[in-house]
Amino acid sequence: MTKKALVIDDSRAMRTILSGILGELGYEVQGAEDGGRALEILNAGGLFDLALVDWNMPQMTGYDFVLEVRKETRFNDLRLVMVTTETEVSRMSDALEAGADEYIMKPFNKEMLLEKLMLLGIEAELD
Amino acid sequence: MRNRTETSDLTQADFDFVRTLVKQHSSISLDDSKGYLVSSRLLPIARGRGFESVAALITHLRSRPHGKVHTDVLEAVATTETSFFRDFHPYEALRDQVIPDLIRKRRESTRMLSIWSGACSSGQEPYSVAMVLRQVIPDIDTWTIQLLASDFSGAMVERARKGVFKQLEVNRGLPAHLLVRYFDQHGASWWLKDEVKRMVTFFQQNLDREWTRIPQVDLVFLRNVLIYFDVETRRRILRKVRRHLRPDGFLVMGAAETTLSLDDSFRRVQFGRAAFYQPGEGSGQ
Ligand SMILES: C[S@@+](CC[C@H](N)C(=O)[O-])C[C@H]1O[C@@H](n2cnc3c(N)ncnc32)[C@H](O)[C@@H]1O
Repeated sequence: MTKKALVIDDSRAMRTILSGILGELGYEVQGAEDGGRALEILNAGGLFDLALVDWNMPQMTGYDFVLEVRKETRFNDLRLVMVTTETEVSRMSDALEAGADEYIMKPFNKEMLLEKLMLLGIEAELD
Repeated sequence: MRNRTETSDLTQADFDFVRTLVKQHSSISLDDSKGYLVSSRLLPIARGRGFESVAALITHLRSRPHGKVHTDVLEAVATTETSFFRDFHPYEALRDQVIPDLIRKRRESTRMLSIWSGACSSGQEPYSVAMVLRQVIPDIDTWTIQLLASDFSGAMVERARKGVFKQLEVNRGLPAHLLVRYFDQHGASWWLKDEVKRMVTFFQQNLDREWTRIPQVDLVFLRNVLIYFDVETRRRILRKVRRHLRPDGFLVMGAAETTLSLDDSFRRVQFGRAAFYQPGEGSGQ
């Protein structure tokens, strides 16, 4: 079955970059420009394995999105990875406590993203 | 402009001089394709010391007895790329199987674990091991943990000992919960907390010289370093590893490395997605 991922970021350029990388990993990717939109997609019944979540977005922040998602047990299998310019350790621990599984500080590169995904058992096919 | 190596502006003679120097002192073998690598790594040293070119720096090296500049050159030529939890699988194996096994075996006897990282670069490798140990051994304070880490590069050993890392470095491979748990943030630098830092003893050690400070150990990490040596040197070092590994200990190599075809006396043991190497029958001679 094809794995599905959500890329949540208000920057279209960032969504394109992240979607490209996940696409190479075999994900079918859907984008959302903020947490509210992402919640709508989830609530509409979309089953996703992974979400990459920016922090600062209009309407609903990534942090609030994580809190909302983790309220519902039906999303327990959804891996949540923050990808954000927020680099304060207090932010990081807040996000982890809210239920994020991993945390990547911007700027990052493809290799860093793959390394972090590996920690969650998500493997790049070695070429 | 004759006699230049293909990919750099070094003359073949200058490249050969550096190649011989490097081979002699750090055992690293540089083939002809490494001309560009050498000149790009020597350029900052040449600039920093006021030489007008890499060629001028090499002329200086030739004319002087071995000293600080030579050392800087040797350290600059070595590739020191590393990361926390590099390739992850070996650390997963340590966490889930290897360390718990060792702990069970040693619990009623020595209550001691000895681990050596033999090409530790800026320290990410031994510090990753240290964090795993803290996570896996609940009563770690009642154990004797000997965690040794060495590199031939004095500059690397010094950096590693400081335990201070850039954002870029902690963003690579390090699980976020461990970053939060074991580091203090000072702006864009991340300082390893004492509880982890003090677990590791760093010192300078060339793998191809006598190992005076290396005891019998349970685990040897020799990751992404033998690849820089010629086959004879790799064999020589692996033979020494056997003598320093406990019979139920393991050698841990890089993801793309193996003892196969180098040293038959190691037995490959698979732990999940990671392969470790155990000294087999007849080892220890
Ligand atoms: C690519 S790094 C690997 C670091 C780490 N083991 C890892 O896998 O991430 C190679 C390291 O080997 C060291 N090295 C090279 N030649 C050496 C020698 N003859 N003896 C000891 N260390 C050496 C270099 O200084 C460098 O730090």
